[in-house]
Amino acid sequence: MQVAVNIAVLVALYALISCGYVLIYRVSRVLNLAHGELMMLVAYLLFALGTFFGGSPVTALVGAVVLSLTVGLVLYVVLMRRMTGELVISAVLVTIALGIFLRGLIILIWTGRGYHPIDQLLWRNPPIALGGGVAVSTVALVTIGVAIAAYAALFVFFQFTRWGVRMRAVGENPLLAAQRGIKLHATYALAWAMATFTGGCAGILLALDSGLDTSMAIISLKAFPAALVGGLDSLRGAIVGSLVVASAEILAIQYVDPLVSDVMPFLVLIIMLMVRPWGLFGTKEEIERE
Amino acid sequence: MAYASGYFKTHYGEDLDLLETRLQKASLAAALVILLAYPLVASPFFIGLANQVFLAIVGAAALMLLTGYAGQISLGHAGLLATGALTTGIMFKEFGAPFWVTLPSSAVMGALLGIVFGIPSLRLKGLYLAVSTLALHFVVSFVGGEYETRRGYYTGVVISPPQIGGFQLNEGYQWYFVLLAIDILVMLFCINLVRSRTGRALMAVRDREIVAEALGIPIRRCKLTAFVLSSAMTAVAGCLIAYYRGFVSIDAFTLNLTIEYVAMVIIGGLGSMLGVVLGALFVVTFPYIIEGVLRIVPTPQGMANEIFAINFAAFGLVMILFLVFEPLGLVGIWHRIRNYFLLWPFRRTSVGGRA
Repeated sequence: MQVAVNIAVLVALYALISCGYVLIYRVSRVLNLAHGELMMLVAYLLFALGTFFGGSPVTALVGAVVLSLTVGLVLYVVLMRRMTGELVISAVLVTIALGIFLRGLIILIWTGRGYHPIDQLLWRNPPIALGGGVAVSTVALVTIGVAIAAYAALFVFFQFTRWGVRMRAVGENPLLAAQRGIKLHATYALAWAMATFTGGCAGILLALDSGLDTSMAIISLKAFPAALVGGLDSLRGAIVGSLVVASAEILAIQYVDPLVSDVMPFLVLIIMLMVRPWGLFGTKEEIERE
Repeated sequence: MAYASGYFKTHYGEDLDLLETRLQKASLAAALVILLAYPLVASPFFIGLANQVFLAIVGAAALMLLTGYAGQISLGHAGLLATGALTTGIMFKEFGAPFWVTLPSSAVMGALLGIVFGIPSLRLKGLYLAVSTLALHFVVSFVGGEYETRRGYYTGVVISPPQIGGFQLNEGYQWYFVLLAIDILVMLFCINLVRSRTGRALMAVRDREIVAEALGIPIRRCKLTAFVLSSAMTAVAGCLIAYYRGFVSIDAFTLNLTIEYVAMVIIGGLGSMLGVVLGALFVVTFPYIIEGVLRIVPTPQGMANEIFAINFAAFGLVMILFLVFEPLGLVGIWHRIRNYFLLWPFRRTSVGGRA
């Protein structure tokens, strides 16, 4: 039972992280390998705001969330906008370089020490018993809730709102979309902001649950196979992919060897790339198209 | 573009010449003299720095063949370096194998792994290929870590310096000459490979796969050749690194190392062997330059303790700047300077802005 709960929590976390990869990839075909660092940055911003607004944790939280949107937007406008229309691989390399830059910056500002933002916000994270000897931490439960809410919101956004439809159109064919008067840059910028926002939420929750240090980026790297297994351009796929990867990881911890669990997502990834490179729900022509 | 006037080819054999003009020959000779004289004047620290550059050149040249010429993107370079280093470590520790056994066996292991790394390339392109090599990197480092843990080498494997006959490679300046010779061989091999039939086929595959196929180039074999050659060379680089450091630990071969090598290739300039040298020189000396600058420029107290972080951030920033503003890399800058002087007092501006 505890295994099932652990899987559910990890699925929620991976789903929340991997939807950031999917959002940006789907709209602009760019793989954002700085996602983990952005996630970390937002968590550190929460920490900084927590120090600043010592008395009111809610202000700090709201501030961090708003900042995450801003960071994504600014990042696109300042940096990634220049890479629009360049070779996809150089855009990806820019995100890798950005990741290095951000990590250096974070260590520079906050040093490499570990922090616990939850103590600073004067919250507590008591375990909740679910009966039958199964327990889960409060933040983990919140994570599951946030992931569900995020996916529900994204579904509504893509199906029913004007911007969501525009975003889908741009993802399918940027040239045609631009000719219909859709502002490409605005759409891409929105996708970056949304991806940083969801990633930031994941980062904040992770920091609240298990503390904050620079190893957070690795967790994001492990969530990437989840996005790819499901299909890089499918949000539905991201959930299923998270389920597959998280189950493989937790089951490996439980029954094989905790050390194996760290490579488990990548083993799943390799198998997927060999069998069905476009993922479970991805578009097949993607890869042939180059 | 012609580099100089007044040079005429009088028989076909001259088409094969690597150096055409007197200036080229003279500058190469000068470069050789400088390189040979360098250890006589340089302090041990600078010899060590040069050795690191030489080591990086071997690995970067291998990546350049794969990425710059064959157009296959790999993020598993550190995994392949680790393969070479670990093969050397294991051969040395388990069988007491000498230098002339471990080096070829590293190359063979690299070539075998190159097939493994290359298989996804038959089906995947660009991004997906990069991702699959990235995944393989994690698998290699996991296997290496398992070996170290199971055999009880928690901190790594110590290797004694290579010995050929009664001669032992110990000192920095000895390494310098050996590595210089190896680098010259590597460069000659790569330059000649690139202008051979195989090399031209690789470039055709890189530029337009469908056209290459229509011209009768076996694409699959070509890609696998690129992976096998590059991986074997990378593993040799790994083996050399292992011997140079006298120590192998899987912890040294992280994703950051891959990024460093990718940065060398990009900052140097894709598709150029000169770019390999420039890129390796730049990336290896970069942290020392930053450190030197920090020492000269007065920095706020506490900043000086964060050299590692500053390095990291500056490295990322430089890489971004190159990717955004100078995608041709250092070689692009060099070509622009050279053309300026070649054409002086005329100037060449290409139509459409960017050269």
